[in-house]
Amino acid sequence: MATTVVMEALSPTMEEGRLVEWKKQPGDAVAVGDVLAEVETDKAVMELVARAAGTLLQHAVPAGTTVPVGQTLAHIGAAGEVVEAGSQPAGSQAPVSQAAAGAANGRDKAPTPAAPAATATAPTPAPAAGGRLKASPLARRIAADRGLDLQAVTGTGPEGRIVLRDVETAGGPQASGSRQQAAAQQAAGGRQPDAPRPLVASGAAFTDVPLTQIRKTISKRLAQSIGPIPTFYLTAEADMTRAAEAREGLNALGEGKVSFNDIVIKATALALKQHPACNAWWQEDRIRYWADVHVAMAVAVEDGLITPIIRHADRKTLREIGAEAKDLALRARERKLKPEEYTGGTFSVSNLGMFDIDEFTAIINPPEAGILAVGRIADQAVAHEGQLAIRKRLRLTMSCDHRIIDGATGAQFLRTLVRMLENPLALVW
Amino acid sequence: MAQFDVIILGGGPAGYVAAIRAAQLGLSTAVVEKEKLGGVCVNIGCIPTKALLHSAWLANVLSHDAKELGIETGPIKTDYGVAMKRSRKVSEQNSKGVEFLMKKHKVTVIKGQGVLQPGRKVKVGADVHTATKGIVIATGSRVKGIPQIGLEINKTTVISSDEALFLEQAPKTLAVIGAGAVGSEFADIFTAFGTKVTLIEALPRILPIEDAESSDVLAKSFRKRGITVLAGAKVTKADVRKDGVTLTVEAGGKTETVEVEKVLMAAGRAVNTEDIGLKESGVQLTDRGFIKVDLRTLQTTAPGYYSIGDVAGPPMLAHKGSREGVNVAETIAGQHPHPIRYDNVPSVTYCHPEVASIGLTEEQCKEKKLDYQVGRFPMSANGRARASNETEGFVKIIRDKKYGEILGAHIVASHASEMIHELVVARENEYTVEEVDLAIHAHPTLSEAIAEAALDSMGRVIHT
Repeated sequence: MATTVVMEALSPTMEEGRLVEWKKQPGDAVAVGDVLAEVETDKAVMELVARAAGTLLQHAVPAGTTVPVGQTLAHIGAAGEVVEAGSQPAGSQAPVSQAAAGAANGRDKAPTPAAPAATATAPTPAPAAGGRLKASPLARRIAADRGLDLQAVTGTGPEGRIVLRDVETAGGPQASGSRQQAAAQQAAGGRQPDAPRPLVASGAAFTDVPLTQIRKTISKRLAQSIGPIPTFYLTAEADMTRAAEAREGLNALGEGKVSFNDIVIKATALALKQHPACNAWWQEDRIRYWADVHVAMAVAVEDGLITPIIRHADRKTLREIGAEAKDLALRARERKLKPEEYTGGTFSVSNLGMFDIDEFTAIINPPEAGILAVGRIADQAVAHEGQLAIRKRLRLTMSCDHRIIDGATGAQFLRTLVRMLENPLALVW
Repeated sequence: MAQFDVIILGGGPAGYVAAIRAAQLGLSTAVVEKEKLGGVCVNIGCIPTKALLHSAWLANVLSHDAKELGIETGPIKTDYGVAMKRSRKVSEQNSKGVEFLMKKHKVTVIKGQGVLQPGRKVKVGADVHTATKGIVIATGSRVKGIPQIGLEINKTTVISSDEALFLEQAPKTLAVIGAGAVGSEFADIFTAFGTKVTLIEALPRILPIEDAESSDVLAKSFRKRGITVLAGAKVTKADVRKDGVTLTVEAGGKTETVEVEKVLMAAGRAVNTEDIGLKESGVQLTDRGFIKVDLRTLQTTAPGYYSIGDVAGPPMLAHKGSREGVNVAETIAGQHPHPIRYDNVPSVTYCHPEVASIGLTEEQCKEKKLDYQVGRFPMSANGRARASNETEGFVKIIRDKKYGEILGAHIVASHASEMIHELVVARENEYTVEEVDLAIHAHPTLSEAIAEAALDSMGRVIHT
């Protein structure tokens, strides 16, 4: 019995794909994992691999065709096997990849890109309202007893199922170790998002904080005023003279080039680590504060842009960031990025300095809380230590989602960032 | 000199399963094995002992029950040599089966002792092979003696399971030291073949890691069959001769002498960490001598070197190793498998009656000061057990008092090994005792006792 090859969802948001080129022809022997075809998704050109071994029996669609996810592309079976016309389309037979399974369930409609690959068990958001809520009987029982709303709990079990540990940690940002503690905490009324740090409990990938009434009101009123994402902008100027000297010195070592953008990414990551309130996602009914910092950097590609991620940018050296950024940008332009390489950022940086833009505002990449717009570094006459001097100045504009970040919160983050850039030693401190 | 994506050291139940899963995921895979594929489990462990236990079961039924069941046999004659040869055949078949699986999945099998080298390399004989994605250490464990008291394994009068599995005839008398799963199973086997067995355990009861009620029921059953059970017993002296061994044993304040033809050592295992280049490759050990691994990724202290199975830490069980094998292959392939729940690994002893368990014992619940409720159901009240004349044992379920979470479950029954999985599935999915009862159990089955024990824990038992 032949196995049907279907168009798989090769990216979390993919709904259809263009079959660029067949890599296997009818009659070719196929092993599991062999590349059958190249498929252009909404973001990149990806490889479609065989999920079964045998002989490729026929192409159901020619190269160049755009087909929806789930449609039959070919069959793999025994040599000479005849496939019945119209036998099972819709991808019911061929096992689909995990990414595809997610898409097929419609779960990708939740406003959540794939979680950072660094977390071993990528947490899956609770299913969208109306869908069947997956929770273990034990979790349901405990939630009922404690009056917890399971819709607001993020499941970390198989397929996003809510399990014991999820209800034990729900109800406050402080993950508790034992049931007794959780109960005590519940009794105490849980914690507020404005409570002192740490925002993210140690050991957890992130902490979801349910919206307080004041945050609910803020989000509703501001969204009414300006649009779905109520954005405000903060601009600051950084003196990059010392950073420029540091960069020259580093590049003179001849061990790989460091760009100003790499320095900005590193400083942003470190500043985010100090200001976790800006390292967050908007999740409609709650705010997700991430433990790890994954900086997305906007890269212009032909007819669009894409934001590959520098994961754990706070923990990487400038040299590592430089090499990674270069590689990601190159592959982004070739449209060779894998979905996990451009999803899961926690904050974005967009740089138009190379186009001699002094300053600009960038559009937030939801569900992230903010994006930093980086202008050019220009020689300017400024007052420096009481004297008129020519200094290298850089304008930074941060777009903030006001539902998550308030003016003062954003300003504090930006101040830390500017200080780091002005004193590049802080980057290695 | 060859290059693979993954090289696995050891073709036991951890290693060969890792190899198959890696091959399924499209990785080029090699297994290095110095002996037979299948490891201890297939060749000198789980599988041949089950073959012998089946013979023992039949001998027991024929000599104790047959007449009552309407079958006259005349005097029963047993021959351990014949049973042993059959058990070898079963092992051979299983090892061949693993060989076939390696071929089917195009896994390269390299015969010889593998020695790790830095840079993800493995030296086998004169050849050095490179792994581009990962090396998996699955070298397993072996039996060990107690040289401190003069009980070094000499393979004639002081033997281990390795020798016991190849004996041509059952000894007239045998002392088994260590009453864990291995010791208890051999005591059971040899008793059925006419050996006078003394089972000696240093801890206060046999099957010391099981719930005390399980230990008690098995000890009672053993004594009934003529096994001398000495628990809380210390062997203080061993006089090893050519034709036998004299043991001095202290138990319950008394000192006694045990005179036997052979001593079977079943007190623990040593892991195979020597001479495989661990240190040179930066792979560190724990205080207890296991390979140190990150339980989430199964990676050792040396990046790119992973470890699974017995050598990577307890519980030293084939099924735990196999699961680690699946996970390590998926991790190396870049997937994020669900983390292993080490608190949900079933434990089974295949003697008669069988003893199986999952989760916490009642003793552990007490120690942890958990608020729990116990439900019990005796097999003697189960219709199917009565019909089969196998009424020894019980099902015991320990549940959390408030939410009904199944904290632990313990089964002693003729088929406990097959019954326990209902409760493993329940725990894995966080079903409470209520869901276990709600699932309709076919009648008449031994498994009904599980539903009854669940009900009993809620005070609603039907059949007692």
